[in-house]
Amino acid sequence: MTVSNTQPNPSSAATSEVVISTEKVNIFYGAFHAVRDVYMDIARNQVTAFIGPSGCGKSTLLRCFNRLNDLIPSARVDGRIMFEGTDLYNKQTDPVEVRRRIGMVFQKPNPFPKSIYDNIAFGARINGFKGNMDELVERSLKRAALWDEVKDKLKQSGLSLSGGQQQRLCIARAIAIQPEVILMDEPCSALDPISTLRVEDLMHELKQQFTIIIVTHNMQQASRVADMTAFFNAEAAEGGGRFGYLVEYDRTQNIFNAPQQKSTQDYVSGRFG
Amino acid sequence: MSYTVAPMRKAFGAFMTVLATGCALLLALPLFSILWTVISRGMSGLSLAVFTELPPPPLMQGGGFGNAILGSLTVLAIAALISVPFGIMAAIFVSEFARGTKFANFVRFGINVLSGVPSIIMGLFAYAVVVLTTGTFSALAGGVALAILMIPIVERTAEEGLKSVPMETRQGAIGVGATNFQTISQIVLPAALPSIATGVTLSLARAAGETAPLLITALFNNFYAQGILQPIATLPVLIYNFAGAPYKNQQDLAWVASLLIVTLILIVSIVARSFARRQHFG
Amino acid sequence: MSSFTNESSSGSNGSLAIARLIDRIFFGLTCAFAVFIAVILLWITAQLFQAAYPAIAQFGLGFITTARWNPVEDIYGALPQIYGTIVSSIIALLLAVPLGVGVAVFLSEDFLPAKIRTPIAFVIELLAAVPSVVYGLWGIFVLVPFIRPFLNVIHQTLGWIPIFSTAPDIRGMVQAGIVLGIMISPIIIAISRDALVSLPPQLRQGSLALGATRWETILKVLLPAALSGIIGAVMLALGRALGETMAAAMLIGNAPRISASVFDPASTIASLIANQFAEASGLQVSSLLYAGLILMLLTLAVNVLAEVIITRFQQIE
Ligand SMILES: Nc1ncnc2c1ncn2[C@@H]1O[C@H](COP(=O)(O)OP(=O)(O)O)[C@@H](O)[C@H]1O
Ligand SMILES: [Mg+2]
Repeated sequence: MTVSNTQPNPSSAATSEVVISTEKVNIFYGAFHAVRDVYMDIARNQVTAFIGPSGCGKSTLLRCFNRLNDLIPSARVDGRIMFEGTDLYNKQTDPVEVRRRIGMVFQKPNPFPKSIYDNIAFGARINGFKGNMDELVERSLKRAALWDEVKDKLKQSGLSLSGGQQQRLCIARAIAIQPEVILMDEPCSALDPISTLRVEDLMHELKQQFTIIIVTHNMQQASRVADMTAFFNAEAAEGGGRFGYLVEYDRTQNIFNAPQQKSTQDYVSGRFG
Repeated sequence: MSYTVAPMRKAFGAFMTVLATGCALLLALPLFSILWTVISRGMSGLSLAVFTELPPPPLMQGGGFGNAILGSLTVLAIAALISVPFGIMAAIFVSEFARGTKFANFVRFGINVLSGVPSIIMGLFAYAVVVLTTGTFSALAGGVALAILMIPIVERTAEEGLKSVPMETRQGAIGVGATNFQTISQIVLPAALPSIATGVTLSLARAAGETAPLLITALFNNFYAQGILQPIATLPVLIYNFAGAPYKNQQDLAWVASLLIVTLILIVSIVARSFARRQHFG
Repeated sequence: MSSFTNESSSGSNGSLAIARLIDRIFFGLTCAFAVFIAVILLWITAQLFQAAYPAIAQFGLGFITTARWNPVEDIYGALPQIYGTIVSSIIALLLAVPLGVGVAVFLSEDFLPAKIRTPIAFVIELLAAVPSVVYGLWGIFVLVPFIRPFLNVIHQTLGWIPIFSTAPDIRGMVQAGIVLGIMISPIIIAISRDALVSLPPQLRQGSLALGATRWETILKVLLPAALSGIIGAVMLALGRALGETMAAAMLIGNAPRISASVFDPASTIASLIANQFAEASGLQVSSLLYAGLILMLLTLAVNVLAEVIITRFQQIE
């Protein structure tokens, strides 16, 4: 295993500070029970990976962490998701404020149809940023390792960039509003291998300051970037249909080398459907 | 056994092909005739004076329709001021807040039916609402009538434009903590602007040639109107009035006015169409 | 209390509250506009009804069944106009349906290379963009003189048939009907063509595979399959013809009478309104509005039917 030297100690999830914690989270789309009974704690300044077969509810759970599921009228969340001591689904909690503190990078790069500069400035402006905007744009692009490639064409449309550049622009856009947590839903699935490596390097860099939760299909990627890994699976429900659930959640090393569950073992060794 | 189609069937096919081609030609004929007469008769009467002078009384030579050009622009501006906000706001609601709901279908149905209501009915409505309350035929009444005519076109194209903005773009904005208003006003609307502009232009082109509703709301005015609460001259009504006049000079002016309107409408339609084609999302 | 509502790490809580308020107002506003557009038809109907009420109270349904339009005695009945509206639209359909469907078939099949088909389709779209008052002008000065000799021949040879029994004049039902027919054919072409083009390709392939010729396929397989779409197109076109004002007002002659001969001048509801409204007063205005209300209900019925037929067609697909 190529585990970096930032690997946490064995009890890290329990001892290091918890940022997000879920209690008996159940998620429904209408009558469809998509995710069942998830309990998990996400540790600060670490990279947590969600792995598992398609359709087991990884994206669904991730989108709950910044209440992006609010955009889907049929979606409903039961249980509690605590972020720094506040219940995200409390009535008083403002989803807009949640999203300002928990940013997101999507599967498909989705820059705004605006200039590169405005792609980054937009989030800062609506969040009431009063400082030097040029500086913020430069800093964010540098941290996303994009600055050198775009510094001469900040006025060009964000859509004119290549896929890998677009995704890094989206990361820059997310870090510009200085969230505490960044959610990434298969951020590399639309990228070529070289862009993928750059984004992975970036994650190591970024976790100094941010907590990162990443959904990935790629097990090598999870083992390369993640400190903690959660394996999800889907199972047929009695009443028909399938629901996703959390099978095993542990240090990445343990998940890949010494999983407790047989299905985890099957999945990480590629013996899985 | 032979592998050729029976001669009767073949002949029938050839006959039908000729018939269909004939239909197409027969329909193309009036169009070319209209374009040809409008251009030839319009060009022969065209002069600088038609843009500046007032309509001539019977048996007088020369004259123009400067007041009708200005009047058409005034009425269209009023119509745009009313229909554009209405159409765009309603499109935003249907596309951004009520997409796929029963209510959206209901609005869609209402708009489809509205676009089939004869334009003269819009005139009667504007008469009942504006003329009866203000006590006078006016540019405002004409503008209201045309606005109702334009609303379905503006709403439809705006809705299409908004829906062509990918869902992911909205999620990106929501994801950095934008409210719905910020997302729509700063990200979605600007991205949809080209098609909205196309829709507004097309609807203006359509309204520019409408005559019937103006006939019973804006009426006509032989002079320049002093304000929007007065009867006002417009190009289509001028064409109608002069087409029925027995005086050659007035008939000639009707052709010149037709040339102006048709040119305007054709240019706008073609430009708007190519404009709409150019936009895309990466 | 939660840190999201009371205090904020970024210090933007005040602006966030304002942003949320704006958001609410914005939602309410767009909703109001959408509701307004959805119900504007009801408002139009109510307004017309209210303004027409004096005439409705005075004449009741007799307005529809009597043929009198007498501003001097203030007695009104719109039967001739209703008759003229319907008959001129029928003439328009008789012309536009065969022509329009023919052209739609022509454009949906590959009789011509796409290079030629596209401009033809474009030209026909332009036909729809020309204002009706220009059609009227063209009708008066070009079409009427052009068809007059033909109409005369028809009258001389077929004059024993009641509909051709009077000598053609420069204005009349048939002139208005022809121009209306030219005006509505683009609608029929556009929608019928869509219906034909969107048929599943298996249909055509299946028929051709059975040994049918191209035209047998078109007439026996494709047109019947696209029938509801074509009927929807015809209904929409009919709605347009019923309410079209200028071509009728300029060409029909505006004679408030019912005549069996299509060569006689007649009038339609729309042309009646266009002609008399500006100079009318009192009960005459109400009566014109009453006539308008009837026209609106007539076109509404036709359009809703068209909408239903077309929607049904799209669902089957
Ligand atoms: N918007 C939605 N409406 C209804 N069902 C959905 C929606 N999004 C996802 N689902 C369902 O929820 C389940 C989990 O989906 P998802 O979270 O996307 O899985 P994953 O990301 O693990 O591949 C799937 O069965 C999927 O079909
Ligand atoms: Mg997913």
